[in-house]
Amino acid sequence: MADIDIAETFTAPPRPTTLGWMAGRGVGWTAVAIVVAALVGAPVVVVAAHLLVPSGEVWAHLADTVLGLYIANSLWLMAGVGAGVIVGGVGAAWLVTMCRFPGSHMLEWALLLPMAMPAYVVAYTYTGLLDFAGPVQSGLRALFGWSSARDYWFPEVRSLGGAVAVMVLVLYPYVYMLARAAFLEQSVCVLEASRTLGRGAWRGFFQVALPLARPAVVAGTALALMETLNDFGTVHYFAVDTFTTGIYRTWLGLRQPAVAAQLGALLMMFVLALVLVERASRGARKYHHTTGRYRRLPRYRLHGWGCIAAQAFCLLPVVLGFGLPAGVLAAWAVETGAEAMFAADFLTIVGNSFLLASIAAVLAVAVALVLAYAQRLHPTRPTRAAVRLASLGYAVPGSVIAVGTLLPLAQLGQALGVMLIGTVAALAYAYLVRFLAVSFGSVESSLGKVTASMEAASRTLGLGAWGTLRRVHVPIIRGSLLSAGLLVFVDVMKELPATLIMRPFNFDTLAVRTFSLAGDERLAEAAAPALAIVLVGLAPVILLSRAIARSRPGSAE
Amino acid sequence: MTDENHDMATCPAGLRMEGVSHAYGGTPVVRDLDLSVAPGELVCLLGPSGCGKTTTLRIAAGLERPAEGRVTLNCRPVSGRGTHVPPELRHVGFLFQDYALFPHLTVAGNVAFGIDSLPRAERRARVAEMLAQVGMGAHAEAWPHQLSGGQQQRVALARALAPRPRLMLLDEPFSGLDKRLRDQVRDETLQVLKASGVSTLMVTHDPEEAMFMADRIAVMRDGRIVQEGRPDVLYNSPADPFVAAFFGEVNLLEGRVEGGTVATPLGPWAAPGLADGAACEVVIRPEALCLAAVADASDAVAEVVAARMLGRTSLIHLRVGGHHLHARVPGRVLPVPGALLAVTLDPTQVHVFPAGGAK
Repeated sequence: MADIDIAETFTAPPRPTTLGWMAGRGVGWTAVAIVVAALVGAPVVVVAAHLLVPSGEVWAHLADTVLGLYIANSLWLMAGVGAGVIVGGVGAAWLVTMCRFPGSHMLEWALLLPMAMPAYVVAYTYTGLLDFAGPVQSGLRALFGWSSARDYWFPEVRSLGGAVAVMVLVLYPYVYMLARAAFLEQSVCVLEASRTLGRGAWRGFFQVALPLARPAVVAGTALALMETLNDFGTVHYFAVDTFTTGIYRTWLGLRQPAVAAQLGALLMMFVLALVLVERASRGARKYHHTTGRYRRLPRYRLHGWGCIAAQAFCLLPVVLGFGLPAGVLAAWAVETGAEAMFAADFLTIVGNSFLLASIAAVLAVAVALVLAYAQRLHPTRPTRAAVRLASLGYAVPGSVIAVGTLLPLAQLGQALGVMLIGTVAALAYAYLVRFLAVSFGSVESSLGKVTASMEAASRTLGLGAWGTLRRVHVPIIRGSLLSAGLLVFVDVMKELPATLIMRPFNFDTLAVRTFSLAGDERLAEAAAPALAIVLVGLAPVILLSRAIARSRPGSAE
Repeated sequence: MTDENHDMATCPAGLRMEGVSHAYGGTPVVRDLDLSVAPGELVCLLGPSGCGKTTTLRIAAGLERPAEGRVTLNCRPVSGRGTHVPPELRHVGFLFQDYALFPHLTVAGNVAFGIDSLPRAERRARVAEMLAQVGMGAHAEAWPHQLSGGQQQRVALARALAPRPRLMLLDEPFSGLDKRLRDQVRDETLQVLKASGVSTLMVTHDPEEAMFMADRIAVMRDGRIVQEGRPDVLYNSPADPFVAAFFGEVNLLEGRVEGGTVATPLGPWAAPGLADGAACEVVIRPEALCLAAVADASDAVAEVVAARMLGRTSLIHLRVGGHHLHARVPGRVLPVPGALLAVTLDPTQVHVFPAGGAK
């Protein structure tokens, strides 16, 4: 963050940030950006277009039977997850940034750990733990001498409430991360002013800090809710019928691609609402003045019960969202370890996952770089629209993208007489559509490190647009390119719905294997692939937490 | 390095801009501008911020494509009439306000950036030569962030000159330096530029800097060149009150021409070339006011309002017939407020312009 600000202060007046000489020559870059954006945006457009396709009997049947349930379940999920991530994320962010208590420094990064956990993996571990046959209920029965489920009441894990709990546990870090950044950016003076005006810690929080951080909280919640709508593994396993399970069933069970696409289009309406809310809140963020330089925040030092309560509040999500599930996975893996790990095809599956994730990461970073650079060379309306279209995919659930990718590919394949569906290429294309926005965001912001005059210097020293990209931009932003690739890599490792629908025949990945073993109630055997996903998923969390450690107030001056 | 050599005899070398206009998003920034830089000449574009001088520089470099007009570089048309030679093919050197050193390359790497088509040994020699010329030979392996502002400026100069450009373009190159360092770096830069014999176009808003560096100054306002000439000509014979005021503080009096003269509180003053009855402006530099003890009843008398010693000169605020005037006198003259002094004017530093001619 800080180095970007420094770069900006050294830049010449902001007037000519565009490199206007390209007016006649750079049509190539714009054209490439538009073609790429059209390719990446196509699946979304295909699905959206199905809103207009006349619906057949199957659709009427669905509407009569399950559609109401899908909508109700999705709304309940969103309401529950939304409330949960706001309370957990904002509360934890406020406690670790504004209060000082034993362990608060460690919790600052530890609170991110649940991000490494795919929701479905957490769902499997808690089912294994809390089911009728699991250790908790068995233990209770043994302790109190109960013999059957009729003798006592125990909450049902595989339920709508269980799904909400699982998703809150893994998705609150989105809100935590953005809220924490917002609290750090807030001017200390504003908070001190509120204290001199007689607001204590609590009222200062609700009347000053929280309203100021609202755009960040809204943005984080919107991201968490997009992930909620995207989730397939958890709701499928818990038998909570939502749009994603409906799309899966209609596509693979009923063999009705058009209807699946229509379900997808409906689901996109939900997402669209979220995107609009998020955009609106992001627009408001611009009014906040941030210096990029932190002053040491005056922290409330907590003692006694307050201290214990704060520790418990922050520790709970870490333990429940990461510690406990990871522990259970590890125990299961040890239990079944030798067999699962050295199963003949385990290495093949790991290889498949890494292959897909690597292809997708390289592709996503390369395409993001082309788009971001084209946008920088020509920040014209068509380029910007193209970029927007191309980065829409992140908001769209994987199952919808799968449907939107497969429909045109099937037709194209038929026309060309080749099999395009069920190829690694098709899957990589779907991943690109879904995760391009992840890499694009980080590439775009890192390009800010290259000032307009560095670009112009390279041009006057004899390098063209391409040479400048290669010799100036790429070396300067190499670190960001790597971390962008890493983010995509991890997201692809975890991805389930699109992979399930689109993978080549008999081509298993770690996520698919985890899903199918858990579906067969072989939870302990699912631990090995699940643990592999979690371990890889830790990499970006470590990166993020290092960034957090660096931006710690008072140390960045 | 093309076939410019045999053309050289038949056409003017250096930079030539004819009828150049440019706009950003509908706002005109440069209007119908004509400008040329002869071989080896150093021309300064001088003007207040937002007058279009940086845009003019960027058009010369090819970083902007002008909406209208033609640009010729060493006889070769580079902009206009449907052609636009991109900056990488123009062989111009550009020195940026923020120096724009590449942070991922060492000092030597930066200087070598523009000459990587040279064979390795030759490239090395050229880098060493350039760094020695700007006095940075000892810092070849340093990284840009380890250098001070003045050192970065010198590396940027070496980098821009290394490919032997046909034209050097300097965009406020000293504005990032503090005052004391600025004078020294300015002097060194001028020497390096003159030694290389390159044509140079420089942009600045500092008249003192322009007068120090330039063979010729072009004063710009609102996208147009208002006056062009040698520094002493611009200072001594400004074309309008704007140019006069830009080179230093002035006293401005308004009046009306009667019988070839204009009445001022310091007596009538000749207004050559102005018709009777025309409104006019009299521009008087503070240095033009000579103060002496009142000796004669015919003397124009001023009352001292305040006096401030500024070191080499003193600034004296005067009231003359209801007008407030500033005088700048050498030495440690410090009259007490309320004192009466006789005022005479140095005619070479008083200029009469038609009113509203340019504002």
